[in-house]
Amino acid sequence: MNTALSVSGLVKTFGRTRALDGLDLTVSTGEVHGFLGPNGAGKSTTIRVLLGLMRADGGTAELLGGDPWRDATALHRRLAYVPGDVTLWPSLSGGEVIDLLGRLRGGLDARRRAELLDRFELDPKKKGRAYSKGNRQKVALVAALASDAELLILDEPTSGLDPLMEEVFQDCVKEERRGGRTVLLSSHILSEVESLCDRVTIIRKGRTVETGTLTELRHLTRTSIHAELAGPPNGITALPGVHDVQVDGNTVRLEVDTPQLDAVLRQLTQVGVRGLVSQPPTLEELFLRHYEEELTELEGTPR
Amino acid sequence: MSTLAAPRPMSSLTGTRSLLRLGLRRDRIMIPVWILALLSSLFSTLGGYRGLYKTAAERQHFADGANGNSSTLAFYGPLHDPSLGGMTAWRMGALGAAFVGVMSVLLVIRHTRAEEEEGRLELVGAGVVGRRAALTAALLVAVLAALALGVLVMLGLASEGVAGAVSTGVGWAAAGILFAAVGAVAAQVTENARAARGIGVGVIAAAYLLRAAGDATEGAGWLTWLSPIGWIEQIRPYGGDRLWAALLPLAAAALLIAAAYALIEHRDLGAGLLAPRPGPAEAAPGLRSPLALAWRLQSGSLYGWACGFLVYGLVVGGIAKGIGDLVGGNSGTNDLITKMGGQSGLVDAFLVTCIGLMSAMASLYGVQAALRLRTEEGLQRVEPLLATAVGRVRWVAGHLLIALAGTVVMLLVSGLSIGLTYGASVGDLGGKVPELLGAVLVQTPAAWVAVGIGIALFGLAPRFSPAAWAVVAGFLLLGQLGPVLDLGQAVMDLSPFTHVPKLPGGTMDATPLIVLTAIVAALIAAGLYGIRRRDIAT
Repeated sequence: MNTALSVSGLVKTFGRTRALDGLDLTVSTGEVHGFLGPNGAGKSTTIRVLLGLMRADGGTAELLGGDPWRDATALHRRLAYVPGDVTLWPSLSGGEVIDLLGRLRGGLDARRRAELLDRFELDPKKKGRAYSKGNRQKVALVAALASDAELLILDEPTSGLDPLMEEVFQDCVKEERRGGRTVLLSSHILSEVESLCDRVTIIRKGRTVETGTLTELRHLTRTSIHAELAGPPNGITALPGVHDVQVDGNTVRLEVDTPQLDAVLRQLTQVGVRGLVSQPPTLEELFLRHYEEELTELEGTPR
Repeated sequence: MSTLAAPRPMSSLTGTRSLLRLGLRRDRIMIPVWILALLSSLFSTLGGYRGLYKTAAERQHFADGANGNSSTLAFYGPLHDPSLGGMTAWRMGALGAAFVGVMSVLLVIRHTRAEEEEGRLELVGAGVVGRRAALTAALLVAVLAALALGVLVMLGLASEGVAGAVSTGVGWAAAGILFAAVGAVAAQVTENARAARGIGVGVIAAAYLLRAAGDATEGAGWLTWLSPIGWIEQIRPYGGDRLWAALLPLAAAALLIAAAYALIEHRDLGAGLLAPRPGPAEAAPGLRSPLALAWRLQSGSLYGWACGFLVYGLVVGGIAKGIGDLVGGNSGTNDLITKMGGQSGLVDAFLVTCIGLMSAMASLYGVQAALRLRTEEGLQRVEPLLATAVGRVRWVAGHLLIALAGTVVMLLVSGLSIGLTYGASVGDLGGKVPELLGAVLVQTPAAWVAVGIGIALFGLAPRFSPAAWAVVAGFLLLGQLGPVLDLGQAVMDLSPFTHVPKLPGGTMDATPLIVLTAIVAALIAAGLYGIRRRDIAT
């Protein structure tokens, strides 16, 4: 599979702050790649380096086979970008902005533009100053999605959209994936990432902490089990990878490292299972685990 | 039984005190700068007259000239009392009232509609703040500024006669209060702070023109009575001190403030009375380049500035011929005007002075247009633009072209308008129009220098790009005050305007023009080099 963009060991400092501290990110052509991290982790900075708006202090970045800084103008013909905080010119209408950005990129599909305006229920005649945050975001989304760019870079594109529009957005991204476009989706909305992304990269403090397919990542975390047994559970706590065991008569709740799931189930069936509820780890738990590490570290630092 | 403290009743004015304190804090630089600028122009006028017109006969001669010339009547109104105080109050009365008005309008809109548009008022409004609090606080800020200014004027002019000093101070303060009320209404009318400022300043301009027509036209004096600035004029400091005339603007202010409060009750937060007009659903075919976008964003301001230059130029050209009558026989004025840049001939010297001022103003326009780049970057509007196939240099070039060409437009409009009225008054349109066009066009490279400095700063040290304003203000001050203060040539040489040929009257020399153009080109090249290498601000 081809690589649409790859970043390795990226470093960017602002004065004494190290916004990016050796970040790695690889996105393959044709995939929808989730880019996750808490606020201030460096997602937008990475994207700005990829767009050639900023120059990295260290590391390498490659975008569509070119150098994002040196070949910026040529590369930008092949990508479309939606910023996290869309600001529009107060005196230009939404329709004008969509057309302008499209033309400056090198073309816009008029039929697709009309269709997207319709689906996002966006009034293109309003002036920039009259749009709400969500509607400004829709303007940028329509401009990006109506292009024929091969790569879409979306920086928290749905933070101002209502649930209905979020649905429309997800449909659109799924269509883009079927059409073979590559999408880098930075997001805070984990359900969105779970339903859209083939692979995800989680970053924290300017560094990559996890990357892989959702299945692979799930493997790294725990499954929770709630079982009603024929008799009292024996020897469960002694098994490797089992945590937080709570026994109440014949029922047991526990968390297990996903690779050890098999052994735990075998032990449970030996006692006899009357009822079983098992929950796979959600991305949220995955994310929170990294988050909690940060919180623990914060609490540990003397003030 | 538990007793809860009864919540304090909330009135529509709750929170005014905190907002007033916030407003005064936010304006702790802006208000003193305005007051200082207005006071210094008033007192430098007084100082100038004191040095030039030492005898009563000289002053009477000046007054006869001023009252006999319709252009000066239009500009400053009639001169009622040929004393130093009377002349100062005449020279700065109507004009000063207009500037005080601009200060008030800007202050009030800054704390009302601008806050509302940015959404900050919503944040404040969700707290314990009444509906009328923001407007009340804004009006109080403006009224306090106007009163402070008025008192300082009284103190400063007291040496020329207490009654006249009081009248002058009352006049300016009343103008400040009246136009604060105009600003309060304008802030309710539109959703957009820029448009509200436009309405406020438009009202001031209309008031000024109305009284100009009334003062300059025989038998049309009633027009002056229709103009709020005319009412201020009717106070006649040092020439009757009719303080009762100040009741007119104050009564009008009361009515307007009542109207603004009534309007607040009938609208939603964020909304205006005038519904915003929708824009086109699709972009015009021409809107397809960074230059087209820059033009779209800047054309309104360019037309506005050009109108200002047109009016000023027409007035300057109209006064020019009569300038001899005005100062005639007074060697001091002759000296001064010659010192202020001209080589010979009173009219030429006058025109050179005015052209110098207008060139510096054109430069100010250019800086304003060039620094639009910084605004676009700061508001993050440029990010989506640069994420398309637009390179940085192309983006900068769009706004830069408008700044450079716009500066030339301002100069052309100045030359043309001066040439038209001056040419018509001396019956030599065919000769004067090209002569004055040439005189302003040689200023072009000098006027571009500040634009070049702005671009260089924007590219190399973006955080310091507002310093370009200071640079152009410095050039302006050197040109205006340098000759009066007898600053040395070394200091004067710092301003590019010192080096260009002083036409009409002076000799044409192309060398400084070539050198200045080369400097501008180098500054622009440095700016473009910088913007290609630096990070775009986030």
